[in-house]
Amino acid sequence: MPQTPSQTVGPFFAYGLCPEQYAYDFTDLVDNQLVDPTTHPDPIMVVGKIYDGNNETIPDAMVELWQNDGEHKLFGRFGTGTDPENRFIFHTIKPKSVHGQAPFINVILFMRGQLIHSYTRLYFEDEGELNATDEVLNQVPEGRRKTLIAKKQGSVYELDIYMQGDRETVFFDL
Amino acid sequence: MSDKILNRFDPEYQPAKLYEGYKSTILRAPSKPLVVIKQSLSELTGPIFGDMNIKPLDHDLTKNSVKNGEPMGERMVVHGKVINEKGQPIPHTLIEIWQANAAGRYVHKVDKHDAPLDPNFVGAGRCMTDAEGNYHFYTIKPGAYPWGNHPNAWRPNHIHLSLFGPNITTRLVTQMYFEGDPLLAYDPIFKSVSPKAREFMLAKFDMERTEPFYALAYRFDIILKGPNATPFESL
Repeated sequence: MPQTPSQTVGPFFAYGLCPEQYAYDFTDLVDNQLVDPTTHPDPIMVVGKIYDGNNETIPDAMVELWQNDGEHKLFGRFGTGTDPENRFIFHTIKPKSVHGQAPFINVILFMRGQLIHSYTRLYFEDEGELNATDEVLNQVPEGRRKTLIAKKQGSVYELDIYMQGDRETVFFDL
Repeated sequence: MSDKILNRFDPEYQPAKLYEGYKSTILRAPSKPLVVIKQSLSELTGPIFGDMNIKPLDHDLTKNSVKNGEPMGERMVVHGKVINEKGQPIPHTLIEIWQANAAGRYVHKVDKHDAPLDPNFVGAGRCMTDAEGNYHFYTIKPGAYPWGNHPNAWRPNHIHLSLFGPNITTRLVTQMYFEGDPLLAYDPIFKSVSPKAREFMLAKFDMERTEPFYALAYRFDIILKGPNATPFESL
């Protein structure tokens, strides 16, 4: 059987997919709290902006995070349209290493102007040793690996995503 | 890690990233080739939703946002089966739904189309497939929607659908269109896929499922990636 074709999420996904974040009259199924940061002992924040080919921030993208380290299976979703700087913001925990891989979070991007979603990964700056030997990171041309590694400041990890250009983020075919 | 990879997106049926007829792709489509990787535990799994996540009226967009009456427009039931490329049903998977109202107006605050909002229709819903992969939801037929892509551009009637399937590689966001809509021939988003792929985005009128004195019926089957695995070859 053929695959049903993908089509863009369009500009108006918010009231269906992130309604409470955007203050629409429909209940959320998921939000940006993969864990509750007020009760979890070791929460982190994941933040970043998404840039288009003109280096302008994209205000109508939707980001999904998924992480599964065998112990914690966590999913979250956030649109870039409510933060004044068009950031995505998530509250989660750092996943553990699985089978010697560097810990990472799967990132799925949707936006107007993308006919099909994009997959990338977020790795952690403070995992230098595991990052150096990670099979997937080593498949990526050396000069582009840094596009996947979030910078750490306290408990906040920041990773900007570039859709195009010299700093274009590495996207994966899954 | 396994040395097999699951089915990838099929370029014969999926849109290219850059499709110049749809102008927003020009600055937003990744330009470099994707890096092919073996799926690890995280990619071979995904979020699981259950019936407990669904409120009783989530599957009925004609009722789930009523304020003071019935929404305007043509009531319909959309139904179908979610399967994979082998034709196997995908049970208990989430479908999220959003659309314009009968006048072609989206509730979204950024929508400036000069058509009326409907106080009794938000246009958002969700449902789950059952044990055999079947789903259905009730809604109002969405109107055509004008947009700024090119002069006098109109989107055909369409409903946005978002699905997860068994793992994050089977994630799909698509749009369901209506067989015979004259605007399809002019729509760059619909035409971003090959001619043979387009028919898999068309809902078919279904007289048998039409509910007398209540709702017209359309059938729309959805085919997710998988589950075939092919050997992974290092690039």
